[in-house]
Amino acid sequence: MSNETYKNTALIQASLKKRYAREKRFQWMGRFAVFLGFLFLFILLFDIVGKGLPAFTQQYLLIDLDLSADALDVAPDADAEALSRANYAGVIKSSLRDMFPEVKSRSDKRMLYRLVSVGAEYELRDRVMADPALVGTRQSLWLLAHSEAASYLKGQVDPNSPEAERRVKDAQITWLDQLHADERTKSGFNTQFFTAGDSREPELAGIRVALYGSFLTLAVTFLLAFPIGVCAAVYLEEFAPTNRLTDLIEININNLAAVPSIVFGLLGLAVFINFFEFPRSAPLVGGIVLALMTLPTIIITSRAAIQSVSPSIREAALGVGASKLQAVFHHVLPVAMPGILTGSIIGMAQALGETAPLLMIGMVAFIMDAPAGVTDPATVLPVQVFLWADSPERGFTEKTSAAIMVLMGFLIMMNALAIYLRKRFELK
Amino acid sequence: MQGNDDMNQMKTADAAVPEEARGLDIHAHADVSNYETTGDPLLDNPKMSARNVNVYYGEKHAIMDVSLDIGGNEVIAMIGPSGCGKSTFLRCLNRMNDTIPICRVKGDIQLDGEDIYHSRQDTVLLRARVGMVFQKPNPFPKSIYENVAYGPRIHGLAHNKIEMDEIVENSLRRASLWEEVKDVLDKPGTGLSGGQQQRLCIARAIAVSPEVILMDEPCSALDPIATARIEELIDELKERFTIAIVTHSMQQAARVSQRTAYFHLGKLIEVGQTKQIFTNPQHELTENYITGRFG
Ligand SMILES: Nc1ncnc2c1ncn2[C@@H]1O[C@H](COP(=O)(O)OP(=O)(O)OP(=O)(O)O)[C@@H](O)[C@H]1O
Ligand SMILES: [Mg+2]
Repeated sequence: MSNETYKNTALIQASLKKRYAREKRFQWMGRFAVFLGFLFLFILLFDIVGKGLPAFTQQYLLIDLDLSADALDVAPDADAEALSRANYAGVIKSSLRDMFPEVKSRSDKRMLYRLVSVGAEYELRDRVMADPALVGTRQSLWLLAHSEAASYLKGQVDPNSPEAERRVKDAQITWLDQLHADERTKSGFNTQFFTAGDSREPELAGIRVALYGSFLTLAVTFLLAFPIGVCAAVYLEEFAPTNRLTDLIEININNLAAVPSIVFGLLGLAVFINFFEFPRSAPLVGGIVLALMTLPTIIITSRAAIQSVSPSIREAALGVGASKLQAVFHHVLPVAMPGILTGSIIGMAQALGETAPLLMIGMVAFIMDAPAGVTDPATVLPVQVFLWADSPERGFTEKTSAAIMVLMGFLIMMNALAIYLRKRFELK
Repeated sequence: MQGNDDMNQMKTADAAVPEEARGLDIHAHADVSNYETTGDPLLDNPKMSARNVNVYYGEKHAIMDVSLDIGGNEVIAMIGPSGCGKSTFLRCLNRMNDTIPICRVKGDIQLDGEDIYHSRQDTVLLRARVGMVFQKPNPFPKSIYENVAYGPRIHGLAHNKIEMDEIVENSLRRASLWEEVKDVLDKPGTGLSGGQQQRLCIARAIAVSPEVILMDEPCSALDPIATARIEELIDELKERFTIAIVTHSMQQAARVSQRTAYFHLGKLIEVGQTKQIFTNPQHELTENYITGRFG
């Protein structure tokens, strides 16, 4: 008996080393996998942030402007109406010529004018109209730099590279260097990025329309998908009889979750726009389409969360005389809520990043004015990223990364919200 | 040698567990195919009565043709080896088995002369009248207060906060939990110890003042002091309520109950006055069980 016991002990001891070695190996593999994951994430973040950060600064040039009525091509006592149609572009151009009198040829002049953004004339107009007393004076004003000039000022252009390969030409570099030496350049935070709509000029383009659009679209998605999804999950899990029909429904919901999102876009186009004649490019349709796309995710995760609630809680509630509905809403759902919220927020995050179905329903339009309601045309952040990524100008490359940063910021916020809501529900 | 001694000690320590693990095999006595319940399972004026109840879990026949009356203001103990169907039978009495899809209940069960399996019977009302304490403590993952207040609240038993506070305090006192939790009423009930949780569940059940209370091994997780308190509570409750209690402790059955029913493999073998069952069992199986010969 005791011999046997010792033999077993020896056997177990002999196997221990192997078992521990296996455990060690597994742990190292796990650590390596985690490390690899973090490495890739870090590279991605580093790349995006590195590219996107410069987009959050704007470059300005200090230009001496001759705002005489003559130069503006208006009467000295011009009214607002006349002032709004004054020749601001001409003023800026002539002022630039005055500052660089050596520029003579037409092509050189054109290059000179390209230092300043086309948006500068509207900015100047707004300033003059706000303060008509400026007419007839000379002013030194900070004007927004053109995106190409800005990219040189930000140090993104190597002046020693062949001239043909860069958009900022040698002459422009000379002028910019001169302005810089005169302390006539400055950079500031790019508020316009958040307050402006899309534009053909990179330095004027912003994500306001996309932000509004994303917000409205997601609001529609959430208001539709969350209640419907949770109700469907509760019904299927707690009330539906188990038979062929519910089995079929379950299989179909699982399959729906795997349907490519563009198919939902086609559906939205065919049903909501062509048949119901909802407006194109509108957050309403986008939201409905994304809701259809998110529903299976929400239903599946909610069902899993409800399923994982211990049946003893249901029995306890039924045992004191709660009706089935009360047992579900008072006891099962609160326990399942963290899981349901996590699933829903994952679904919403998917919807936030979705592009393809929205392209199908026309949310890819070039829109400059923020939507006021869910039926106004709008675009969304990922589509804006898509549009900008498609533009060749260097200025849009950094905008693309900056918009992605904003998008990721929202994703992080949504996850933080999920965690916060989880904590709150778990405390109760 | 050392090892052998340890083994022997463990066996004696295990003696409280009347499982197959010990001594004789209960399945050796499994032939109960033609039997009639020994003793008289029927009463004159029963609170609840079960007639020819059969319960199936899918193919499995868990309760076989059980007829048993439960009198008003009596405590009836149900004993028997593990898996013999005590919980199943108890759960028939408030239709808790409805929640198990594969479970089918046949036969006739009445509460105050009304068929509780009638299609017009409201299970909500039934379960408010026939409360239950489950085998495993299952407090809600909410505050201790809310655990007790939940039943009275959904039934509208308290008209204001003061009345509710009173119900909660009374229930907790009677479950002898008040002193331990009176300062932490807002802490989650799931944070209590196993025994405290079970007393919380008892408080929750009595808070709605049911007419019948079904207790499924309410003391299996309690220490002797708390057990004694629960037994006192049962004594006190029987003034007003009817109690059916499942227990594995013969002493407990003897202490708290007036009548005892012995179940064996889904059959009701013997029913009688508790004293008679424990001093003079009529059926061989009953005798084997209470004398511990099943192990
Ligand atoms: N949900 C269920 N599904 C299938 N079979 C079940 C279910 N619940 C109980 N049974 C079966 O019914 C029989 C009786 O079980 P029950 O729980 O009533 O026994 P018990 O007497 O309460 O045992 P214990 O003393 O261990 O609690 C057992 O054989 C068990 O396997
Ligand atoms: Mg049991």
